Amino acid sequence: MNPTNTNFHHRHAAHCESGVASSMMSHHAVNLSEAMAFGLSSALSFAYLPFIRLTGFPLIAYRMPPKFILKGMKKPFQTHFRFETFRHPDAGMRRLDELLAQGKVVGLQTSVFWLPYFPEDMRFHFNAHNLLVYGKEGDDYLISDPVTELPQRCASADLQRARFAKGALAPKGLLYYPESIGRTEVSAEAVRNAIKKTVRIMLGPIPIVGVRGMRMLANKVAKLDHSEHSLNYVGHIVRMQEEIGTGGAGFRFLYAAFLQEAAQITGIAELAVLSERLNEIGDGWREFALQAARMIKGREAFDPTRLAGMLRTQAERETEFFRTLKHAVA
Amino acid sequence: MDVNNVPQEGNRTLGNHRKALYAKAADGKMVIVPSRGSEVDETVTMQAVDRMNALAEDARARALAGNTSPLEYWMYARRMDVALLSQISGIWQWRIRRHFHPHRFLHLSPRLLASYAEALGLPPAQLHTLP
Repeated sequence: MNPTNTNFHHRHAAHCESGVASSMMSHHAVNLSEAMAFGLSSALSFAYLPFIRLTGFPLIAYRMPPKFILKGMKKPFQTHFRFETFRHPDAGMRRLDELLAQGKVVGLQTSVFWLPYFPEDMRFHFNAHNLLVYGKEGDDYLISDPVTELPQRCASADLQRARFAKGALAPKGLLYYPESIGRTEVSAEAVRNAIKKTVRIMLGPIPIVGVRGMRMLANKVAKLDHSEHSLNYVGHIVRMQEEIGTGGAGFRFLYAAFLQEAAQITGIAELAVLSERLNEIGDGWREFALQAARMIKGREAFDPTRLAGMLRTQAERETEFFRTLKHAVA
Repeated sequence: MDVNNVPQEGNRTLGNHRKALYAKAADGKMVIVPSRGSEVDETVTMQAVDRMNALAEDARARALAGNTSPLEYWMYARRMDVALLSQISGIWQWRIRRHFHPHRFLHLSPRLLASYAEALGLPPAQLHTLP
């Protein structure tokens, strides 16, 4: 049997989870853009987590943790997502086939490393990737991976490996689909609440989260010496910001797109102006990435003090920005 | 970022893929734009890839000289380190380090070898060879 959802449309997205949320909700007749999924779930953030190490470097996140966006769909749309994990890979694959046979589009959490269609140099052991399966042909699963431009195919053995990869954030074969959707329109109330929550996160009191996290990272960068390790450290920050599916500038451009939509829905014109400002702040992040890359390439002398200064300026600008945003939706 | 500032200079780590970026169109609307990638992304990704490759190459040279086991080479070649291999295989880190001893590795039990092979996604026999 070759079940395939012919009325499913693949969408190219900046980020895997917001892309999956937007494609999945749209498939169920909710008109939801990626930016709106991202903003509505208050996924924008900044966190410097020195106690979580990725190949020897601290975790630097520009967004909230995995599954935050999917869970964020719950309230605004009164949806109920069903999440299932499996102890045995065979059971996980059987269940996937079963759901596909019922005509469902199924979301999966996978590792990036074992997906054969990913470019070789992008395959790292990152376990919290999200994608959608919308059909099966022979042994191949038909996959809508939001970060690729076109739909992909993946043999069942490879997909099984990717779903049951072990290590940090192990997916344990996680699959999910909405069981019910209560409403299909985004309300102004939900948008305002989501923005308030993002402001709370960004201006909150925890020293490693939000703008305070940026300042802490700046202090850490200022103390770097001139070793190879320091260059790798700075490269790691830029990778988290630009390379790992963020839509540019660590999700700042994506959130700017959300604010434009938010201005329309809530009728608060100031949000459109603020979107413009966030766009400029995003350019500041790109400037930081560019300077760092030039130093890594050796075109400029490595100057940690200067990079730290740029991070502090960004923290300053975002503090101002989120304060204004708070007043705009108050 | 404006639409015409979206980097298209190409990034060989992306292969044929294009990634989606958000940028401001002429009418002021933020839109999604497929990007061929930029030199900045390429620099930082290649830096990470090169670092892993250098570790693998170094382990290969030491394995050829008989100073470590091929296991260390394959670990880095599959872009892991001892901490990650330990998490994935369920074998304690100190035991993995012991298995970097060439003689010990040669006499590894088939069961342990199978655990490593499973974690690294390679056939067990390949773990005793070097490319």
